[in-house]
Amino acid sequence: MTSVGKKRRTAAVDQGACVACGCCAKICPMQAIEIVRGVMAQVNPDKCVGCGKCARECPASVIEIWEVGA
Amino acid sequence: MKKRWYDYLWIVSLLYLLLGFFNILFTWLGLLCFFLPLIISVATGTKGYCNRYCGRGQLFGVLGGRFGLSRKKDIPGWMKHKAFRYGFLIFFLVMFLLMLWNTYLVFAGAQDLQQVVTLLWTFRLPWHWAYHGTLFHLGAAQFAFGFYGVMLTSTVLGLITMMLFKPRSWCVYCPMGTMTQLICKAKAGKQP
Repeated sequence: MTSVGKKRRTAAVDQGACVACGCCAKICPMQAIEIVRGVMAQVNPDKCVGCGKCARECPASVIEIWEVGA
Repeated sequence: MKKRWYDYLWIVSLLYLLLGFFNILFTWLGLLCFFLPLIISVATGTKGYCNRYCGRGQLFGVLGGRFGLSRKKDIPGWMKHKAFRYGFLIFFLVMFLLMLWNTYLVFAGAQDLQQVVTLLWTFRLPWHWAYHGTLFHLGAAQFAFGFYGVMLTSTVLGLITMMLFKPRSWCVYCPMGTMTQLICKAKAGKQP
């Protein structure tokens, strides 16, 4: 796919503060988040579309949506 | 997304809380909520219980989400701080041990059965209507009263933070969640 110069958005987890409850993984429509070894959530940037559902759901509010270069 | 059988475990949690109003001895079943998360985390090194099977978390999610009882605001910074989470875990465990000590006193015959449920470690609510005698030792009934106090206290705290903050705010400082995450961290640390 060719880049059109648009910025895309992706979710980023503050892994030090994550409680690994799994709410984000459950709500993610792209199955882009997994809980790694019961310690923290990890976003797969290839699957994430930056919709922000996880950030709204996260009870600790430790997920942010960032813009990244296309 | 397709719902699985374990997505309905919030109904089990709700039934459990209701059963405690009718027969206190049912509250022994709540030990499952203590042992399963620990067994799963020790055996598999995951928080599979929190992630999939926790009916209590689902109940807060349903009430705060589908029923709209949550303000959906961010939890204050101090509540997600490690010092608070670990401090609450220690406080919770100490209170749990105190409850076990009271149970032991009844088992040992040093104390009479107290037909009360202690809410928020302070308020002693009369609960005699849910006691219809026991086939076992009176200590077994005392444990049921004490343990129901633990479960009801965590539910009330969870409901308050559900309303004030995000639906599953309880998951941030849940003592079982903190404990299983510590187990997972220890296990993950040992692996390359």
